[in-house]
Amino acid sequence: MRISEADIRRVAELANLALTEDEVARMAQDMDGILQHIDKLSELDTTGVEPMAQVLFDAEETATLREDRERAPLSNADAVANAAVTSGGYYKVPKVIER
Amino acid sequence: MSLAGHTIDSIRAGLLAKKFSAQEFTRQALAHAEAENPKTNAYLTFAPERALNAARAVDAKIAKGEDPGALAGVPIAVKDVIVTRGVKTTCGSKMLANYVPPYDATAIIRIEEAGGVILGKTNCDEFAMGSSNENSAFGPVRNPAALDRVPGGSSGGSAAVVAQGTAVLSLGSDTGGSIRQPASFCGVAGVTPTYGRVSRYGLTAFASSLDHIGPFARTVRDSARLLQVMAGRDEKDATSAFAPVPDYAALSGDLRGMKIGMPREYFDGLASDTGDRIMAAVDMLKNLGCEVRDIHLPHTPYAVACYYIIATAEASANLARYDGVRYTTRSSNAHTLSEMYRLSRDEGFGDECKRRIMLGTYVLSHGYYDAYYVKAQKVRGLITRDFAQAFEQVDAIVAPVSPFPAFRIGEKMNDPVSMYLSDIYTITGSLAGIPCMSVPCGVTPGGLPVGLQILTKHFNEMAMFRVAEAYERASTN
Repeated sequence: MRISEADIRRVAELANLALTEDEVARMAQDMDGILQHIDKLSELDTTGVEPMAQVLFDAEETATLREDRERAPLSNADAVANAAVTSGGYYKVPKVIER
Repeated sequence: MSLAGHTIDSIRAGLLAKKFSAQEFTRQALAHAEAENPKTNAYLTFAPERALNAARAVDAKIAKGEDPGALAGVPIAVKDVIVTRGVKTTCGSKMLANYVPPYDATAIIRIEEAGGVILGKTNCDEFAMGSSNENSAFGPVRNPAALDRVPGGSSGGSAAVVAQGTAVLSLGSDTGGSIRQPASFCGVAGVTPTYGRVSRYGLTAFASSLDHIGPFARTVRDSARLLQVMAGRDEKDATSAFAPVPDYAALSGDLRGMKIGMPREYFDGLASDTGDRIMAAVDMLKNLGCEVRDIHLPHTPYAVACYYIIATAEASANLARYDGVRYTTRSSNAHTLSEMYRLSRDEGFGDECKRRIMLGTYVLSHGYYDAYYVKAQKVRGLITRDFAQAFEQVDAIVAPVSPFPAFRIGEKMNDPVSMYLSDIYTITGSLAGIPCMSVPCGVTPGGLPVGLQILTKHFNEMAMFRVAEAYERASTN
């Protein structure tokens, strides 16, 4: 196995996912299969190859900067319209710090 | 009224000759689409009010003697990962089951400015993650060509509505083949333009360096015209390209002397039901005057591994925004902030999303970043270089889209690796960011559609459309 159930729990914590015990077991199996295939990349010698982060085209460095002009923002009502819980135009979340 | 016999031109002609008004046409199109939809589950939401408003604007322009626009009165369906102001946009996910966006994607704005009529939103794999449309929280889509089979994915609904005659055109999104593969499975044309050719503003982010919006249509010409309307720089997407947009519909039809490459790596071991159709298409291209030669894209066998690292890494970051706060869904079982994040995400995301978030988080995590993520970015560079070298020898590349035609619903659901591997022929073009499309090239002995993939170099959509249209004309005569 390339990945243990303990690894899965650690990664789930990083990803903010609360996996059930069932999901942890299945995920370990699935990810192991995928990682096994992914290991194929180690066959390739990539010394001196530049990592390609983006499809890039020739343009001036400042080409993507737009004119700085005033315009109306999204309204407060629109901004919070899809929130799960709001209060007085704000997002409402569970208490962060216990007193 | 089925829309199967209609094109952009036929609708325009009907409107200008006053055979029908845009509003009448839209009402009939909506009624037909709503009645037919239970057969395929391809539409998730209809937008009658929005559609009729758009149609009314077209009628008003015609009444005033103004040009009603390049897409006047044309019924168009939109994949449910592209946001539409005031019209629910679910991304095929329980997480966004009630999400109503406060803005429109740039592509949507441009379509409506051109007189297009958006009928509704189409089903897809959750957050565009899948190759069969079976990962939708709202049930699978059935392939109109064979109702027990998948339409492909992730833009399965958008391919299906065009094939079914419940839309004339549709929009999909492609990250690793999500337009071309369903186009091939359903027997319609589907286009992935050059990365950056169409603004991604309003396309729900899956893997930002790979995501594209692109058109589906019954004919190559109509797909080119829809791309025409959407293409071009948009200041709201910094990665959208400045390159001028040529007139894509100016198709000469003459392929004499054109050099076409056949990558050996895409044909070795290809099953005959698909392979025979592709080879027949290659023969036809030879008859049309193309010079066909063998080429090599040697890094092809590494593409799936490369893609599933880069795409999942980007997805794990992009999907972090679904946190139980801003996007409608929050777990009712959560009492603390941390529980709110974790339970909301566990309850809101389906299995495939979780798998990809987990894989992406893993390949980006401490100790694995260089071995997986940076390595994959280097391999992406090699795959892109393969194409650049090939295009020094040939004007276009032809290949299969998928190793097999549409499979049965449920057939491949339990083996994620084999599902991922089936994306091999489409992933390479996505990684390189080059234009590529699927054009129908007949059916297997079992009657299932097969697609021919045509790939060209960056911003040379013209050559891709030329080959596709000449082939389409020759093969349907």
